[in-house]
Amino acid sequence: MSAADKMSEAERVLRICSACMYCDGLCPVFPVIDGKHSFSLSDVSYLSNLCHNCQGCWHDCQYAPPHPFAVNLPATFAELRQRSYADHLWPPALGRVFRASSLAVPATVALALLITFGLVLDTDSSALLTAHAGEGAFYRVLPWPAMAGLAGGTFAWAVIAVTLATLRYWHTIAPQVTVREIVRALPAALSDIITLRHLGGGGPGCHDHDERTSQRRRILHHLTAGGFVLNGLSTIAASAYHHLLGVVAPSPVASLSVMLGLVGGVTMTVGAVGLLALEARSDREPSDRGETRLNVAFLILLALVGASGLAVLGFRSTPAMGLLLTTHLGLVFGLFAALPFSKALHAPFRAAALLRVAIDSRRRTLARAPEASGDTP
Amino acid sequence: MTVIGGGIAGLCAAIAARRGGAAVRLLEAAPQPLRGGNTRHGRNFRLTHETPLEHVPDRYTADELRAELRSVTGDGTDQVLTELLIERAHSIAGWLIEHGVHLQPPGTGVMPYSRRTAFPLGGGKAMINALYATADRLGIAISYDSEARSLLRAEDEGWTISVRSAGADDSIRTRSVVVCAGGPGADPAWLSDNFGSAAEGWMVRGTPYSDGRLLDLLIAAGGCAIGDPTTCHAVPVDARGPQFDGGIVTRITSIPLGLVVDRSGARIDVAGAGSQPTHYAKWGPKIAICPGQIAYLLLDAAGLARAAPSALAPVTAPNLGELAAALQIDPTGLLQSIEDFNAAPVNAARPIAVPPFAAYPMRPGLTFVHYGIKVDATMRVVQADGHRHDDLFAAGMIMAANVLRRGYLAGLGITLSAVFGQIAGEEAARHVRG
Ligand SMILES: Cc1cc2nc3c(=O)[nH]c(=O)nc-3n(C[C@H](O)[C@H](O)[C@H](O)COP(=O)(O)OP(=O)(O)OC[C@H]3O[C@@H](n4cnc5c(N)ncnc54)[C@H](O)[C@@H]3O)c2cc1C
Ligand code: SF4
Ligand code: SF4
Repeated sequence: MSAADKMSEAERVLRICSACMYCDGLCPVFPVIDGKHSFSLSDVSYLSNLCHNCQGCWHDCQYAPPHPFAVNLPATFAELRQRSYADHLWPPALGRVFRASSLAVPATVALALLITFGLVLDTDSSALLTAHAGEGAFYRVLPWPAMAGLAGGTFAWAVIAVTLATLRYWHTIAPQVTVREIVRALPAALSDIITLRHLGGGGPGCHDHDERTSQRRRILHHLTAGGFVLNGLSTIAASAYHHLLGVVAPSPVASLSVMLGLVGGVTMTVGAVGLLALEARSDREPSDRGETRLNVAFLILLALVGASGLAVLGFRSTPAMGLLLTTHLGLVFGLFAALPFSKALHAPFRAAALLRVAIDSRRRTLARAPEASGDTP
Repeated sequence: MTVIGGGIAGLCAAIAARRGGAAVRLLEAAPQPLRGGNTRHGRNFRLTHETPLEHVPDRYTADELRAELRSVTGDGTDQVLTELLIERAHSIAGWLIEHGVHLQPPGTGVMPYSRRTAFPLGGGKAMINALYATADRLGIAISYDSEARSLLRAEDEGWTISVRSAGADDSIRTRSVVVCAGGPGADPAWLSDNFGSAAEGWMVRGTPYSDGRLLDLLIAAGGCAIGDPTTCHAVPVDARGPQFDGGIVTRITSIPLGLVVDRSGARIDVAGAGSQPTHYAKWGPKIAICPGQIAYLLLDAAGLARAAPSALAPVTAPNLGELAAALQIDPTGLLQSIEDFNAAPVNAARPIAVPPFAAYPMRPGLTFVHYGIKVDATMRVVQADGHRHDDLFAAGMIMAANVLRRGYLAGLGITLSAVFGQIAGEEAARHVRG
């Protein structure tokens, strides 16, 4: 479908939904379109990121195919969501890379692995397969300046690119708001973001692969995202040990950084593998192949990073440590480098959309009087 | 036992019978994706409650429901059935929740709260999906794409049903039958038999599978008809929508904001239609008697801005002449009507003056007919001679005319079908268990 066709399909379907509203309790998309006659590109950019493809409105739709109206809102949004990522990437040229994300992400990771291995071999080719122990063991594999340089460089790139993309996105979807309004809406938005309140089809859960609902997706998503955050904290803790306390990695097993990394690594890996399993079983009709590829590429990467981190911890006193550490570091650098054109964008974009919802719903006064509608047939 | 029809009545009958200990088979004429009859298109259902419930605030008493029912149906309704309905309208939400249906908490989404009705989360189809899942879990044998085509009394006891299942004919012997095939009216031939040539321009808002065949079969087998096959609940719907199953989104809701003309451009009006939600039911029959069963709602840009969206965008034009051309109606008649209207707009309408101008072509959309089969308080079909078979039941819209001889209350269709479906299922199970 061409971009114009996608837009007119979105208009057609959203118009039917806004006349129908039977799904208004399922997710925040519906209250936003209530009463609207037409939709602009910025509307669909906003709406498509409010949808997280729980597939509730697919199973519950009285107009789903083979009905002649053939409403398939989740698939429509899935396509538009990718477009909203591509349109807002920074630098804009990344848009093209993004469209080939299922190639670009593995390619970037492979390159990062190659560079990391190259540096290790270049420094001391025996480091890979010898056992190292004691303080500074990790830096005997990859010297600190290289490790910190690659980590810092790729991380800074990720933060800058993702931040700028998110700001560009916010600029598209932001209503005319005052800073005060944003601040007031923040607590509600943050609570929605952190609790994944909407990842539940209005209560019963997501449709993982058929008309039954479950909370699996929400739980696995929490594990993945929570694990990611714990791993970040573990890294911060490790550098605090290094710079503030002078404890050079590998930190003792009982240290905060190892504990955080252990718990974070396990939860992130379990979560990502679980989400991959759900992805494998999910219905294809209300989803989009492009989005599935994006999800799969990102989830595999997260699972590999988590698993390799755990392997480093498990085998750090054996001769395999060098190899495992190098692999893990390569994957981490690759993750950071690929982040700005991966499914990771989903997090800040959705957060921005939820902030806008919180602002909107503070503004929305219930215009309709009780019992005025709902009076069917 | 066998239940014919897989809407809310059939599902409630099947589940109640299964829980009552019967082995149950459910025949649904539609293929699986279109299962659930008109119930798919339902949004809310009426229930009584003396105190606030989790899903319905405030209170709505049996006395209020009784009074409201009486005000729409007038005399001639079956008092025993009416009382049964009112009594059971109390427990319906709890029963549905117990069988897997999720209700929408008031204050979520955009629906203003209603103290009279509860809203299934995700609407009628979500409710239907939940009940099918429960029926399946309870071990009810469900056959989709399986239309009952005849119903014959077996020699000794029970019934033989001939079924067309996915194109092949089959026949089923069963000890008891509960007919929940929905109200009649979705068959163009049935409609023109009862409404004459006027029915040609009609649309059917619900499922094409509720075609009146089972009602005809029951009557042919001696069942006593009830109500009037020429009166119905019809509302204005978009003439460009699908012939069947347009559901709620093709309904034209904005009549009070504009002017209605027929195809000669002459203004038509319905005295006292006002802007209450009940105006729909008055406009359907009015459009039905317009030439060609078509009328046009005209709005200007300001009216359209106030109108609620409907499934299909209106026909628009920069001036009235082009609009008349696009609609193929007489421009002179149209301009005259608008001039008269602008001199004294009615209801909530304002003059039609601001371009661009917009129009919705409208046809009558049949919701249900006030006609069906007579049943007793156990939902057994009553024969014209007063006799009844102890193993033949009917529930849902197919017998709604026992209670709804005329008029309608919002949200009553689902409640009525659920309540009588449950009773039919319980009675049928009692019968087959002996
Ligand atoms: C657009 C629309 C909106 C509505 N909104 C509401 C609302 O908000 N609230 C409310 O209370 N009511 C509403 N109603 C009315 C409500 O839908 C009906 O009252 C209710 O669904 C009737 O249930 P039922 O089980 O009797 O019939 P149906 O739900 O129509 O089910 C009949 C079933 O029988 C099957 N069937 C028919 N013939 C055969 C056969 N020969 N063999 C096998 N199967 C057969 C059909 O496929 C169908 O599944 C609405 C109706 C329409 C059309
Ligand atoms: S998805 Fe279907 S049922 Fe839900 S609001 Fe849209 S049209 Fe209505
Ligand atoms: S798939 Fe779920 S999240 Fe997306 S629009 Fe439908 S109900 Fe909302």
